[in-house]
Order: sequence, then structure tokens, then C-alpha cells
Amino acid sequence: MNEIAANVLKEDPRAIARLITFTENGDIEASKAMKDIHRFTGNAHVIGVTGVMGGGKSTLICEIAREFRKKGKKVGIIAIDPTSPFSGGALLGDRVRMMELAMDKGVFIRSMGTRGMLGGLASAVYDVVEILDASGKDIILIETVGVGQAEVDIIKIADTTLVVLVPGLGDSVQTIKAGLMEIADIFIINKADRPGVNQTVAEVESLVDIECSNEDRRTPVLKTIAKEVNGIKELVQEIETHKKYLKNCKKFDIKRKKRYEAELVEIIRKRLMNFIFDESKFKDKVELLIDQIYKKEIDPYSAADKILGKILK
Amino acid sequence: MYDKQKLESIKKKENEWQKNKYKKITKNHPERKESFENLSGIGIKNIYNPWDNKDLEFFKDIGFPGEYPFLRGIHATMHRGRLWTMRQFAGFGSAEETNKRYKYLLKHGETGLSVAFDYPTLYGYDSDHPLARGEFGKCGVAISSLKDMEILFDGIHVDEITTSMTINGPAAIIWAMYIANAENRGINRNLIGGTIQNDILKEYIAQKSFIFPPEPSMKLIVDTFEYGFKEVPRWNTISISGYHIREAGSTATQELAFTLGDGIEYVKAAKERGLEIDKFAPRLSFFFNAHNDFFEEIAKYRAARRIWAKEMKKLGAKKDRSLLMRFHTQTAGCALTAQQPEINIVRVTLQALSAILGGTQSLHTNSMDEALALPSEKAVRIALRTQQIIAEESGITNTIDPLGGSYYIEWLTDKMEEETYNYFDKVEKLGGVIPAIEKGFFQREIAESAYKYQKEIDTNKRKIVGVNDYITDDEISIPILKMDEKGEHRQINRIKKLRKERNNQKVEKNLHRLKKAAKGSENLMPYILDCIRSYATLGETCGLLREIYGEYEEPAIY
Amino acid sequence: MNKKIRILIAKPGLDGHDRGAKIVARSLRNAGMEVIYTGLHQTAEMIVETAIQEDVDVIGLSLLSGAHMTLFTDVTKLLKKKKIEDIIVLGGGIIPEQDIPKLKKEGISGVFGPGTRTEEIVEFINKNVKK
Repeated sequence: MNEIAANVLKEDPRAIARLITFTENGDIEASKAMKDIHRFTGNAHVIGVTGVMGGGKSTLICEIAREFRKKGKKVGIIAIDPTSPFSGGALLGDRVRMMELAMDKGVFIRSMGTRGMLGGLASAVYDVVEILDASGKDIILIETVGVGQAEVDIIKIADTTLVVLVPGLGDSVQTIKAGLMEIADIFIINKADRPGVNQTVAEVESLVDIECSNEDRRTPVLKTIAKEVNGIKELVQEIETHKKYLKNCKKFDIKRKKRYEAELVEIIRKRLMNFIFDESKFKDKVELLIDQIYKKEIDPYSAADKILGKILK
Repeated sequence: MYDKQKLESIKKKENEWQKNKYKKITKNHPERKESFENLSGIGIKNIYNPWDNKDLEFFKDIGFPGEYPFLRGIHATMHRGRLWTMRQFAGFGSAEETNKRYKYLLKHGETGLSVAFDYPTLYGYDSDHPLARGEFGKCGVAISSLKDMEILFDGIHVDEITTSMTINGPAAIIWAMYIANAENRGINRNLIGGTIQNDILKEYIAQKSFIFPPEPSMKLIVDTFEYGFKEVPRWNTISISGYHIREAGSTATQELAFTLGDGIEYVKAAKERGLEIDKFAPRLSFFFNAHNDFFEEIAKYRAARRIWAKEMKKLGAKKDRSLLMRFHTQTAGCALTAQQPEINIVRVTLQALSAILGGTQSLHTNSMDEALALPSEKAVRIALRTQQIIAEESGITNTIDPLGGSYYIEWLTDKMEEETYNYFDKVEKLGGVIPAIEKGFFQREIAESAYKYQKEIDTNKRKIVGVNDYITDDEISIPILKMDEKGEHRQINRIKKLRKERNNQKVEKNLHRLKKAAKGSENLMPYILDCIRSYATLGETCGLLREIYGEYEEPAIY
Repeated sequence: MNKKIRILIAKPGLDGHDRGAKIVARSLRNAGMEVIYTGLHQTAEMIVETAIQEDVDVIGLSLLSGAHMTLFTDVTKLLKKKKIEDIIVLGGGIIPEQDIPKLKKEGISGVFGPGTRTEEIVEFINKNVKK
């Protein structure tokens, strides 16, 4: 077996961290190790956490992790922040709110930049979930870049998706992009000590009424005050209940398969893009084609035909 | 203030002058910069004239020193009657070393004391606490008990000189040590004067040496207000600070607005407790920065006085003593350079000048070596001499508010007042000062200004002499203050000895009583004093409060 | 390959002055790096554990309280103990010139005091991190 993979299975944090870096960078070392660890995955419950900015997601995740730790579960946390489209850099600041977990050997936290990927996730996140899963984590929490219609890719990867809101949104509950309201398996109104909480709960409940009128499960709406560790026990119970529900109605397997489909697509996409745009053999030919498109000597569709033709041969 | 017709004709003439003279000249001989702004980003005109003061009414807006709105000065005589206090912030190592430095400074003419504490003390930890490792005495003096306080002021007449103590989280406890020490020496608490900084809001916003969350912290602060005006009437129980906000990177208007906003918040908290405003307000004091833009700083201090007087009136204060704003100033630490350190003396001189022209009651001038270390004896002596030269040789104190009536200064004072009220509105919309802190509003504003300033320096848009302009290859070589290496050991042994030799039963009992009281709503000062008198340590007393009140975690803002 | 330089910016000990650390963090982000900021009051253990999990190339320590000799070397000593050799450790803040040689001997590769242009730090990192 690949050495890094073996160490990942031994739960060595350096190996976990290094393999994550390899997958993020598209290093060749990555696929060797990833091939070896896959059959050791599948146990982890993947929980996606998304929602409005300023909702307190990081603090909430920290408390959810602590609650699961009390139950003896090992936890992996992936905190995703947007990569600047201009500089390519990122300020990964979610970890600040989780520093008290830093010394807990049963918790592994990794901060990731989206690195150009839209949808609220990072490209390598599927790999990171597999790595954390294989390294023995029972729970994997993913904090995504919040808010917006486009940032709902979390459902592709999460078994349970939490959507975090705050009170006082007023009529902006209506304006909250439809996507965000549809993907929730559990709604959380955090900072529930703020004014307007009951109104916000009521508005979300009425939206849930409409959404779940024909469903076999009604999306629960919970109140929490993460900073005061209030409502966390109940939230974790709901999360565990949701997992049981998924398993019972076989939705779990369907979700998992959808995740692997998305993962496969992402691996293929990256390989393809890398091959076409980064591998030096092809790179020059592609640059030439782009130049020809610009000079109107060829159109983009025909150019694509040429490239794909060479690959598919 | 001026005749309307005359103003119109002045305006007309200015327009002509700008168009026909100034624009013509600058076409071929452009100005030195594309635009001229001060450090708050306020655009500065090439010339100011009476038209720029057209809305000013002399009696309502300007007036006379010692009278509402106190724009020109809080006392009738100001520096003509009494110079500002020369109060150099000092402290390092153990109490013995700092006591020596205080005596040195007093010998060389400083007229007030100012205590700097080390980080463990600022956080309420004794010098032998694990978190104190490596931090003992590095940026201030280590005070872990009443014993240390006794050594710190040994041979100093605390009934004849006032002492300012820069302490926030554990302010009440350190104040108790000062009071207890004075009383042990037979000095009545009616006679001791000084200040505790005790301004927790700016800790959350800028300096970050907070301990407990806002609610219990505010409660403790109001406890000190109440205890102060009842028991220690010459004491300023708070120094509402803008210095640190500025050091964290804010602009001058932000410094002004955020500080006054904090001040109003404290007054509201005290009123909510039921304290009479005219009883506690006279003992509120302020602390500002003196940064580089000379006239901006002067306008800032003047605007501060006027705004505070107005706001205090709105809050129901009637006595003049409640309306007038007394403040201490320190020259900007963040403006010092490590490169060519001697030229810092020049910077400090200009900054000190603006503070004095701005009417400060008390002044600390930085030493030239402070971008690198704590001040050496020679360096701090020069800093003190700077104040003394201004006082004795420059003649600027021959009249009060000499810049009053300057078209530029009056315009800028107004402008800063306007910007301040804009900030007040913003904060109100966020729900008030504490909600704004929790939403990270101030922190974000400050981080933005700080980043902008640094970018201006990086791109050479803003010149800093010696750093990105007029650079030399000189090695930075000035004597750096060396501290006594045995100091930490001595301190830790002292604490160990103290814990053995004191009446531990008494300590236990007093701590227990404090614990009970802290869970309720009584004023804690008497209980804290009892603990301190029995030689409970800072760490024991503060640790107890930590347990009950918890620790504050700040929102992470860039 | 889509390699990014990852850097941990930490404030060890009790010092609360974070103006510089935040400005540097932002500048490094603008230079294309992924910056993990730990916040205040970090111990050497927390810093090193974070550096491991985040697999950073650089640790930047910011300190203005004068405690750098102890607190910076705590981090380099711990890295040595854990046999971590591929992380560059940098220091910033108020550090007198005479302390710099000692710090460099203990494993601090670069010290960036007052007056440092943020580009200097970017250049140093780009030059010294192995690609």
C-alpha cells in the first residue's frame, strides 16, 4: 500500500494533512494514495453547514463538534472560504473560532480556499472527505461559503445539510435565495437571543409548510445560541435522527451514489482541464487555437471539436 | 459671526482668485500632490477664509474658555494658570526597577506619575502563572500583590502627586491596591488623586486586553464610578481612550467618534444604575492620541470638547464640571520609526505641540527608541525636556487657544464634529455600541483604515521619512534599555514568600465573601479592598472573577 | 499543478496588538497565498498543531510585547522536537536588532520589524518556500 495512505489509515495527522495538500494541488502522489484508501471509507456522517453570512456558522460547528466529542465520536472539520478571483489568495479565518478544539486529538480541522470553484465548495473537498473518513472520523462537518443561489453545491456531498439563519431577517427571509431554502435538511435560527427570533422562526416554518407539504419528512426548525451552548444537544439529536431517517427510507444510498457521481465528474473534469491547459504537450496547441479564435480564423465550437477529437481518439 | 454681505463679497472674490489666479498658475506649475487630504481623508482646500466659517455663531459655537461649550478650553485660565501635567508612562521589570525610574523622572521634572503594567498583570495573572512565562516585566511592571504596590511607590508622596494607571480588566483590583497602600501609610483616601484607565469598551474594539464579557465588565466599571465619588473623590475612575483606537489604525475622526461614543455608553450605564450624573460625570476623563497631521489633531481636541459638552447636556448634566472634558494625551507610538531613531524626537515635538495647542490637561511624550524597546534613561529624559522646552521657551502658552478664529481650524473643527455625528448615527442603527462591537463594526472600520494607510506607505503615496524616503544605510544603533535579569526570579520568590507568610485563613474568608458578592449585584469595591488588604494576590482575586464572569471571545475581523 | 503557498499567522502569548498581523495577512492574501489566521493568545502547542493540520509552508509569528525570545523559540523548539523540518518560521513586531542573530540561530529564518514594506515579506516567502 502507498505509504501516505497507510499512515492516513493509522490516523497520523501529518499524513492526513499532507495527502490533503497533494489532492488540493493536483499532485500525482495524490491519486496513488486516494486509490488505496477508498475502500476504507463510507462510515462517516457528512454534515454540510451553510447559511447567511454572520450567522455564526463557525461557532456553531465548534459546538456541534464538541457535543459529538462528548459522545466519543471523532470529528473532522472542513472550513471553506472564498479564494479571491483576482489574486488567487484567500484569508482562511473560520478556524479562529474553533481554536479550543485545536488540542483535541480526536478533532482534525482543515481550512480550504475555493480556488476558483463556484458553488460554495472547494474542488478537492470530495477527496478531503474521503481522507478524513478513511482516517477514522465518524463525523465530518463542512462549513461552506454561505449565502446565495449558487452556493448550494453542498448537497452534492453532504448526507445532512444544515442551513443557518439569524433573527431579524424580516422580509429578507422571502428574499433568501430559493436554493438555500430548498436544500435544508434542518433549519437553524442561531443567535436566537436577538430580537425578532420568533418572527423569523414563524416565517421559516411557513416556508417549510409549503416545501414539505408533499414530503414524508418535515424539515425541523431549531433555535440555538451557539455562543452560550444553547440548543446544541437538541440539534445534534436532530442530526442523528436525520441519519436514521435516511437509512430507513434508503435515501442514504441514493445520496451517497449521487456524491460519488459528483466526485467522479470532478475528478474527470480536473484531469481533462489539467491535460488540456496545463500539460505542456497540449498547452501550446491550445494557446494557438485561442489566438485563432480571436483572429476569427476558427470558431470556439470547432476549436473544441479539435481538442476533444485529439483526446477521444 | 460675520456680516452676511461682507461674506458674500469674500466668497465672490475667492471664486475669482481660485479661477483667475490659482488655476492659471497651477496649470503650468502644478501642485505638489494630486490632492491634499488629512489623515481622516477629509479634503483640504488651498486656502480658508471667513466664508468657510459662515455658519458659525460666536457665542453658541465658540464662546470663551471655561464656559459652555468649552471649545476654547475647559478652564478660564488654561495653561496660563497652570501648565499641563508632564506625565510619562513608565514601567518595566519588577517594582524595584520601576520605582527607580519614577524617582528619576520626578527628579527631572515630571509632575505626574503614570504606571505601565506587564501583560500578565494586565490580564490578571500573577508573575508565576504559566501564561506569564516569557512575558514578565517586558512591557510594563509586574504587580501581583499589595506588596509589589508598596515597593512601587516606596519613597514617593502619593498625597502630593497624582498617579495614572493603565489597567483595564483588573482595574478595580489594582485601584484597590493603590488605595490600600496609601491608607497603610496613613494617607486618607480623600487626599489621593489619580486615574485608572478602566475603559473596557476600547479593549474590545482595539487594545484587546479584555478579560470578562461586556455585561460584568460594565457592571464593575460602574461600581468604580460609584465607589469613586463616594469614597475617593479626587480620583478619575475612568480614562475613556482613543489613543489605542488610533494606534490600532483608525483615522482621527474614527478616534474621535468611537471614543466619545464609548464615553456616552458609560454615562448611560451609570445612569441606568441610578447614579446621579452630576455626581459621577466630573470624574470621567479622556485619553487621546497626538498623531502627525498637526492641525487635524488640534481640531480633533477642540471638537471633542464641544461634542462632549453638548452630549452631556443632552444626557441631563447640569454642572459645568460634568460638561467639561478633561483629557490626557500621548504622542503617537505608531508614528515612531525604527530607522534613524533620533528623528523621532522631531516627530514627538510636533505631536506634543499639537496636543498643547489643543488644550490637553496632561501629556506623555514618547522616547526616540520606543519603536525598538522601552525607553532608556537618556531617551526619556529628552522626551521630558521636549515638554519643558515647549512650556518655558516657545511662548505658545502665553495666550489661550491661540488657533481659535483660524478659518481653517474652525472649519476643520466643525467638519470633524459633523463626521462624528455621522458615526454616531451608524452605530445607533446597529443597535448601539455593544451590539456594534459584537457585529465587529468598529474593528472592521479600524482594520480598513489601517490597511489603507499601510498600502499608501507601500506604494510611496505617503512618505515616511527614513522608511520609504530619505533612507540611510545606517545600522540602527542606539543603546537599548537592558532589564535586570534577576527581576523575574526575585518576583516569583516574593510571591511564594507572600503566600506562605500571610494569614491564609483571612485571605480565604475574604475571597469567599467576594465570590458571594460577585454573584449578586452589590458594589464589589469594598470586598476587593478586603481581599487586597489581606494580601490576596491579583491572580487569586481576578481568577475568582474569571470563574464567575467567564472570559470574552472576540469576533474575528480582518 | 495548482499549488498555493499556505501560511499560518499567529499571535503567541498575551499580546493583543493585531494591527500588523492583520495587515500582513491581507497583503499575503492579495499576493495569492492562502493565509490561516489563528487569532490571539496562542500557545506554541496550538500553533504547531494548527501548522500540522493545515500543512503550512510558513509560520509567521507576530509579537509586540517584548517576549519574543521565549515565545518564538518555544515554537521552533517544538517543531524540532516533532521533527518538522519543512516549515519556515518568520517573526514580526517589535524586535530589537541585537536579538535577531539569536533568533536566527534558533530557527527563525527572517525577522520583519517596524518599517517593513509588506512586499518585502511577500518576496522573502516566494523566494524561500520550496516549490
